[in-house]
Formats: sequence, C-alpha cells, structure tokens
Amino acid sequence: MAKLETKGVDLYYGDNHALKNISMQIDANTVTALIGPSGCGKSTYLRLFNRMNDLIPSARIEGEILLEDKDIYEKKFPIDILRREVGMVFQKPNPFPKTIYENVAYGLRVNGIKDKKFIDERVETSLKQATLWEEVKDKLRKSAMELSGGQQQRLCIARALAIQPSVVLMDEPTSALDPLSTHKIEELIFLLKDNYTIVIVTHNMQQAARVSNKTAFFYLGELIEYDDTNTIFTKPAKTMTQNYITGRFG
Amino acid sequence: MQVNRFLKNLKEKIIEGILTLSGTITSIAVILIIIFLFKEGIGVFNQAPMEKELILAVNKDNHVKELTPRQIKDIFDGKIAMWSELGGSKDSIKLFRTEDVSTYFTEEELGANFEHLPQKINEYIAREKNVLAFFNKKYITKGFSGRIIPLKKIGVMDFLLDNEWFPTAQPVAQLGVLPLILGTLWVTLLAILLALPLGLATAIYMAEIASPKIRSILKPTIELLAGIPSVVYGFFGLVVLVPFIQRVFNVPVGETGLAGSIVLAIMALPTIITISEDSLRTAPRQLKEASLALGASHWQTIWRVIVPYSSSGITAAIILGVGRAIGETMAVLMVTGNAAVIPHSYLAPLRTIPATIAAELGEASYGGLHFKALFALGCILFIMTFIINLIFEFIVKPKKH
Repeated sequence: MAKLETKGVDLYYGDNHALKNISMQIDANTVTALIGPSGCGKSTYLRLFNRMNDLIPSARIEGEILLEDKDIYEKKFPIDILRREVGMVFQKPNPFPKTIYENVAYGLRVNGIKDKKFIDERVETSLKQATLWEEVKDKLRKSAMELSGGQQQRLCIARALAIQPSVVLMDEPTSALDPLSTHKIEELIFLLKDNYTIVIVTHNMQQAARVSNKTAFFYLGELIEYDDTNTIFTKPAKTMTQNYITGRFG
Repeated sequence: MQVNRFLKNLKEKIIEGILTLSGTITSIAVILIIIFLFKEGIGVFNQAPMEKELILAVNKDNHVKELTPRQIKDIFDGKIAMWSELGGSKDSIKLFRTEDVSTYFTEEELGANFEHLPQKINEYIAREKNVLAFFNKKYITKGFSGRIIPLKKIGVMDFLLDNEWFPTAQPVAQLGVLPLILGTLWVTLLAILLALPLGLATAIYMAEIASPKIRSILKPTIELLAGIPSVVYGFFGLVVLVPFIQRVFNVPVGETGLAGSIVLAIMALPTIITISEDSLRTAPRQLKEASLALGASHWQTIWRVIVPYSSSGITAAIILGVGRAIGETMAVLMVTGNAAVIPHSYLAPLRTIPATIAAELGEASYGGLHFKALFALGCILFIMTFIINLIFEFIVKPKKH
C-alpha cells in the first residue's frame, strides 16, 4: 500500500488546466522530490495532499487523492484530521509573531490539547527533532521573530512535527535560505526520513539528488517522469528530463 | 548635458523646498494653536472668579482676611450663616447686595438718581458689624470706612475637583469641571464598549468571511457612514433614540448619557471598522496558511493569528475611535441633556466638555473669566486625548515585533 497516491488527478484554476491527469504513488518513509520549471504545477500538486488548494476559490479538482487508500477529498474525511496527519513547511519561513514556545505549541493548542506537561514535552521533542533545541532552549519565551532565517525555518519544521504527522510536505523549504542553513535543513530531512514520509518541492537539482529517494519531473502540468532519484539523474528515460536536469532549459 | 543636469538639480531642490516648507508650516500651525489654547486657558487661574467691577466689603472691625469662591457660594446659599465658621466673630452674617437696595433704604434716602447710594452703602457698612456687602466698585466713596476683602484666585485643584459648573453664577462663578470631565469619560467609555465588539466583529466579517461581492457593497456603505455630518446623527438621536430610551427605561427625560454613548458608538463605528479591516487584511497569507496547515479551523486562525498580528492596527482604530468620541460635540450636545452634574447613572442627563464649550462660548464675553474657563476646558480635553494616546502607545509598543 502506498502512503500517498493520486489517481488521474486534474486540477483547474478557472480555465487554466494546471494539473493534467496525474497518477503517482509515494511510499511510506521515503523522500520524494518534485522538480520542474516554475509554473509546472509541482507546488500545486504538493498542496493537494493537505487540501491547501481549497483556499483558492477558483480551484476545481477531479480524480482521487488517497492517504493510506482513503480518499481525502471525501466529505467524511475531516480536514483537521488530514492536516494533523499531513504537516507542511512553506517556502518562506513563516513563524507566527509569538514566542518560540507558542509557535511549536500552536498546533497542539488548536487541536484541543491543554495538558501543559504534555505540551512542554512535545515542544522539547519537536525542537530536538528539528535540531534547534540547543540553540533556543534558553529563550523559549522570546519572540520567534528574533531568530535567523534558517532557525526560523527549522522552527517551522518543529512546529509541523509537534502534532506528530506521518507525512511532511515541504514547498521549496530552502529557497529563501543561505547555503549553510540550507545544508542544515537537508541534514534534517535526512534524519527525518526514517520516521516520516517527506515530499519536497525544489528548484535545486543538487538538493533533489542529495536528499531524495525518488524524483518526479513535472512540466506544464504533466508528470513527465517519475523514478528512483539515481535513475532520473543518471539515465533518465525521457530527453525532456535529460534536458532539464542538465540545465538546457528551465 | 551640463545644462540639463543643472535644471534637474534645481527642480529637485525646489520640490524639496516646497515639501520642507509644507511640513514646517503644518508643525508651526499646530504648535501655535496649542500655545494659544494653553495661554488663554491658564489665564483662568490668574483671577478671582468674580467680575472685575464687583467687590466684597465688610465692617472694618471684622477680622476675616480672605474668602474663597466656595465660601462665598455657601454664604449666598445659606449654608454658612456665622462669621465664626470663617474664622471671625460669633455673629451671624448679614448680606448686603445692591440688587435689593430698596429693602435697606427708602427712595428718599437714596435720592432720585441714586446719587446718595455710595454714601448710604458706606454708612451701612460702618454701622453693621456683621455685614458682608457685595457691590460695584463705582459706589466706593472717598472716605470709605469698610474693609475690602480679597477673593482668592481660582486654584487648579478647585478647578479640577469642584463639582459645580455654573460660570454665570452671581456673585461668584462656580468653575468646577469635574462633572464635565466625568461626563466626557462616561460617555466615551460606554461608546467604545459598544462600538468595539461590534466594529471588530464587522471588520473580521468583512476581511475574512464575507464574499468579495458582499464586501464590495458593505465597505462603501460603511465608509459612507463616516461622511454623514454629526448634526445628522444628533438629529437622529434626538428624534428616534431619545424618545425610545425614555419609553423603554421609563425615565423622565430621554436625553441621557446612554443616548449620547449610542450615538457616539454609531459615529465611531466606521472609523473602527475601516481601519481594523484594513489592518486585518494586511495579515500575510503565509501565516494564515501555516495556521490552517496545522489543523486550525478558520475561526482559530482568525482569533489566534490574524487578530494578534493586526493588534497594532486595531489599537490605532480604537485610538481614532476614542478620539472621535471624546471630541465629538454636536451630536452629544443634542442628545445628552447637558446637565452639568456628576453622572450617577447612564439614564440621567450629563454634559461633556466639547458640548459645554460649544454651547457656552457664544455667550461668554471675549477675554472674560467664563471665556478663559472654556479655554481651560479645551486644554483639559487636549490633555485627556493626549494621555489616552500615550496609554495606548505604551500598551502596544511592547507587543510590536
């Protein structure tokens, strides 16, 4: 059984056909990279899995999107349960203008958890998982806005992990960061892969090659090729993939 | 090329000059207004609360040195009847006023044109040991045998804490502004308590929940409310609200603090709604998405992320709303009943500072005591708004990110 699966998914923004008949399976505890030029639909595809596209009124979706074989777009699938199961890290670090502690505790609080001891434990564990604990343990009550960009992004990862999801979606998580911070996030992804299913959108070819087990190449709303990362980067089946990863277009 | 550069620089300098000048003129105008306000207002503390031509006189054997405005009033009201209460002898106080001169003297004694009046007053004061005479300066004769006692100047604390505002009272004006300050604060406080929840709720509805179509109708409508002249609100209040309150609460008059607060709340709503809505809409999409992605509901996102993010904008909306309410004159003047007493209930008439200034400035003589007292009221209003702004500033500052 695949962790995540899409079966013949089409997505329209009004008249714009943004995703075209995409079928793909993502296994549990793997890192899957989605690559492709800007506007190819990879972010849109990623956002299917936690129903973030619902925020756009003109978006219309056809086909099936499954989490552990259950259709997440069915009415009886509660959206808050889905989002507890599928966490997300965004392109720009977007911590809330609250304290570091409150940022991590936020997901627990909005899901109705009030037990202070439990929240304390989850905050600490999540910050440790995000390799941020040592840097912030003495200033948990300080504003998250005082952290550097890279620290903020790791805080956002900790925030996503706090509610114990099994899937983490990452939408170009390092595009706003310097190389050192990028390196730390990549190491973190490597550590997380044993316990989480990670889907990452990236513009950075080397990053895809470094962190992922499987890579999917999108172009103009279509899934061109999906295979082991090694295969995609060494002997891709399609010339279009070949051209993209060697930098001939994109 | 060279000429072009010169012209360009010149143009730049001229524009800069105009901008600087505009800024300077505005600042100077504001400062001048404040200086003028305070200069006139402080003048009230330099004089006794009695018309300059009038004097108080007693028999020369009387030992009372000085009287305060409050004491004079109590004497005239009959609350103080003995000189001993003022530190004098154990005699009762006998009042003498020129208005009732005919009760003391016959017409023959005074002469056809009152030409003997000064003489008679002199004699009367010399004869009656316990007299307190109150008359015009021009009746003092050369050999005046009584003693003129000075009236104390108005003290700042008396001005602020006395509870009677009766600037045209004779012989001494009662200038206690406490009822007016409290009236202003009461009306403003309730107005904000009414307007804030409603305004914030509307702003949240418009920014987050309403469909674009509804919003496109609602927003201009609310902005239109801000453009309605305050006298129209006052008129509405007088014709609709006042009779309504009178009937519902079964009170003798409907012109009450409550009516004023409701009218002010309606007037402050457009300010509060438009400014908080603008600030709610500036909350970044990323924050909203981050919250939703963690399983928060729409309302949780609004309440825990968007509202706190916009708190400084919402505070600004409150400040401007309070500013509008505290300084509003016409509508309040029309519906609050204008009784200058310390308000004990929202269902009783009260009077605010702006309404007092507007209602009384016309009848106060230029440069007179009353006139200056009204300016002092203006100063107090200015200081009140200033303090409110400062308080909000201090509340908001530490939360800024």
